[in-house]
Amino acid sequence: MHDADNILQHLQQRFAADPITEQQTVDEILTLWVPGERIVPMLQYLKSSISQPYAMLYDLCGVDERNRTKKSGIPAADFTVVYTLYSFARNSFLRLKVALKGEFPNINSSHQVYANANWYEREVYDMFGIVFNGHPHLQRILMPLTWSGHPLRKEHPARATEMGPFKLWEEKEVREQDALEFKPEEWGMRRQTDDADFMFLNIGPQHPGTHGVLRIILQLDGEDIVDAVPEIGFHHRGAEKMGERQSWHTYIPYTDRVDYLGGVMNNLAYLLSVEELAGIKITERAKVIRVMLCEFFRISSHLVWFGTFAQDVGQLSPVFYMFTDREKIFDIIEAVCGGRMHPNWFRIGGVAQDLPKGWDKLVREFVDYFPGKLKEYHNMVIRNSLFKARTKGIGIYSLDEAIEWGITGAGLRACGLEWDFRKKRPYSGYEMFDFDIPTAQNGDCFDRAVVRVEEMRQSLRIIEQCLKNMPSGEYKSDHPLTTPPIKKHTMQDIETLITHFLNVSWGPVIPAGEAMSCIEATKGANSYYMISDGNTSPYRARIRTPSFPHMQMVPFISKGYTVADLLSILGSVDYVLADIDR
Amino acid sequence: MTVMQHVWIVLGVLFVLLNIAAGLIWLERRMLALWQDRLGPNRAGPFGLFIVLADTLKLFFKEDWIPPFADKKIFVIAPAIVVASVLMTFVIIPFAPHIVVADLNVGILFFLAMSSLGVYSIVLGGWASNNKYSLLGALRGASQMISYEVFMGLSLMGVVMLTGSFNLGDIVAAQHKVWYVFTQPLGFVIFLIAGIAETHRLPFDIPEAESELVAGFHAEYSGMKFGMFFIGEYLGVTMISAMTVVLFFGGWSGPFLPPLLWFTIKTFAFIMLFILLRASLPRPRYDQLMEYGWKVLLPLVLINLMATGAIALWLRGSH
Repeated sequence: MHDADNILQHLQQRFAADPITEQQTVDEILTLWVPGERIVPMLQYLKSSISQPYAMLYDLCGVDERNRTKKSGIPAADFTVVYTLYSFARNSFLRLKVALKGEFPNINSSHQVYANANWYEREVYDMFGIVFNGHPHLQRILMPLTWSGHPLRKEHPARATEMGPFKLWEEKEVREQDALEFKPEEWGMRRQTDDADFMFLNIGPQHPGTHGVLRIILQLDGEDIVDAVPEIGFHHRGAEKMGERQSWHTYIPYTDRVDYLGGVMNNLAYLLSVEELAGIKITERAKVIRVMLCEFFRISSHLVWFGTFAQDVGQLSPVFYMFTDREKIFDIIEAVCGGRMHPNWFRIGGVAQDLPKGWDKLVREFVDYFPGKLKEYHNMVIRNSLFKARTKGIGIYSLDEAIEWGITGAGLRACGLEWDFRKKRPYSGYEMFDFDIPTAQNGDCFDRAVVRVEEMRQSLRIIEQCLKNMPSGEYKSDHPLTTPPIKKHTMQDIETLITHFLNVSWGPVIPAGEAMSCIEATKGANSYYMISDGNTSPYRARIRTPSFPHMQMVPFISKGYTVADLLSILGSVDYVLADIDR
Repeated sequence: MTVMQHVWIVLGVLFVLLNIAAGLIWLERRMLALWQDRLGPNRAGPFGLFIVLADTLKLFFKEDWIPPFADKKIFVIAPAIVVASVLMTFVIIPFAPHIVVADLNVGILFFLAMSSLGVYSIVLGGWASNNKYSLLGALRGASQMISYEVFMGLSLMGVVMLTGSFNLGDIVAAQHKVWYVFTQPLGFVIFLIAGIAETHRLPFDIPEAESELVAGFHAEYSGMKFGMFFIGEYLGVTMISAMTVVLFFGGWSGPFLPPLLWFTIKTFAFIMLFILLRASLPRPRYDQLMEYGWKVLLPLVLINLMATGAIALWLRGSH
């Protein structure tokens, strides 16, 4: 906390004329309300003028404050823009909030301070209608260009039934089609230079190499990429909006589907912030069970990446071997959870059930079986010289560029920074485990691959430790806000029965407050920034996903390479479209 | 030989080849499945063999569609070129003693000429499709052709030198004692690499590169026109395998078994190698293939040629 006070003093000295208010939050991240007109110089100051600067814009989101009832200690605002900064040197977050007034307020764009603010600001504009002055291309990013309204505003309907039946009459179809046409001039691109005519190649949304509904428009000179424009949003399902009408408990299955290869790891990111808001302490057994399942999903997600990456560069077989091994993991997941890809198995306060009888035998078998396979895959793919030729020296970025663009996870570690949130900001009991953080030095496609392969070995180490040291005890904590409510507390008198009934039917009421979790997910840092207004559902559910900034960086790292290299780059970035679009 | 015998040979070769090309659909899918821990087509008929029939029927009954934006004439001609040029190559291959359609004196040159023609189908098909992906595929096909054609021809000159003839029958006869794979190992390896590039199979399927260009030059083709590219590819695989056997593995010669059987066994061994390669290797970038062709393989093949010439002269001198 000493460190945090320090920042507040620094800011108050430097910006003496401006009112800076501190807000207490449950997650103990220093939260400061700052005046909107001073936000850009303040960000600039925090990024470059202080010692141990806040080098990364971790997240940028909006909040519609108009319906919020518990506003004590918060400046009056219709909308808030929240900047979450992260300092690697301090290992701490800093949250800056700007209060905005009016129906469609505006604020200065910070894209010149942080490069990755570009897409985040477009998202806030798309979702709330907040205008960012000076933004180079303020256009909708997740919703179709023809959409009317801004979905995350409170007055925007959340259910299809509130919007009338959907009809696609012909004029509408034509209008939608026209909106999809790519006009290079809008993006500041030229159609030709003195010695070259450029070809604009549309990749996706249906393309075998994009791993989902992603559209990338390439400006090509021959086969060389001059510029690229990713278009996202085809997989947007309004996960954040859904959070606002689901109960705290019934939102859990939706989180499974955000990074759909990460399974229960999404539950964990969400529940960590909810449990922090509710003040629930997790039992040791529940922690270790959670860690074990998360690591299984990390291996499973990396296996999908590994196989499809090899396929992207033309190697057809590895994907089959790796999916076979993934099935073995799913067999264990199924035995424990009943589900496979989306087990929806963590609960507020613990997990849904205790581990089944004989789980240790299944896990033991896998732990014995998998290292040999990993070695085989390493020889088959990583050591293949054609694979090296296609990935070494391709899609390079430096450590500074990675931080500038908000890269986390394996992509950051491949630039030489030994940074893993499991180690640096341990959560869910990761501090109890013994594992290494693999790194590489060059920041190219090959290094990102090597780091991920080594991560699977480390995950296996963690699983083995879970297996050997599984604590006994309860799999769910004894707390009134856990879901589903604990049965033994009911059936005493009418009061306990009513409480139980309400907690089942409406779900628990989580105390008002704000909390953000931060976990090392399969693809990078994943956070749920939950705001509770003391109700049965979240007031605002912000999901910070790693793939979003990673995709934003793709044009930057693919310029000057060829179309074939773009596929190596996309494969090495390891994104999931649902994780980008939410 | 009578005229009728000639006609029977031509018809027989055509019949067998087209059946092999179709049968390779099944063979490749089954073998790939075997190497990829899968089952492959195993439902229709014994061992799933009727998948060949099902696939062919499906191709025949698909709508014969030409995209409205395509250059119609060239679009139709392109797939025919590939099948025709590959089938023409089989004319010179001696399957067994006296089973050869045309015993040309310029056999190897004819083969090289026909294999160069094959690339026209890719370039024209890609161009006529009027699709950006197809165009990129066509460009890649052309650039690939100029990277392997040169060393492909040169890699065979060692064999020609040792035999003193372009005639394939003579080449087979000259391997009566020692197969050329032992005297021309470098020539063999380089020819095989060029052969894979010629057939556009993985790892050199750069013009169609599924994960990058969707299907490259044949992205707009469907129905039987796509089927022609398909058959052309399998015929190409058979042709390169047969040529390798003729040039480096003694053709039909072998003990005990009848010559035709020997030829078939050897050819299928190479077809299997092609399928195995597809199951195991990633694909290089097209400029990497060009670089590799011109900077590595071309010098190597020239060295091979000079060494072969020197040794041949020395041997002749010592007699």
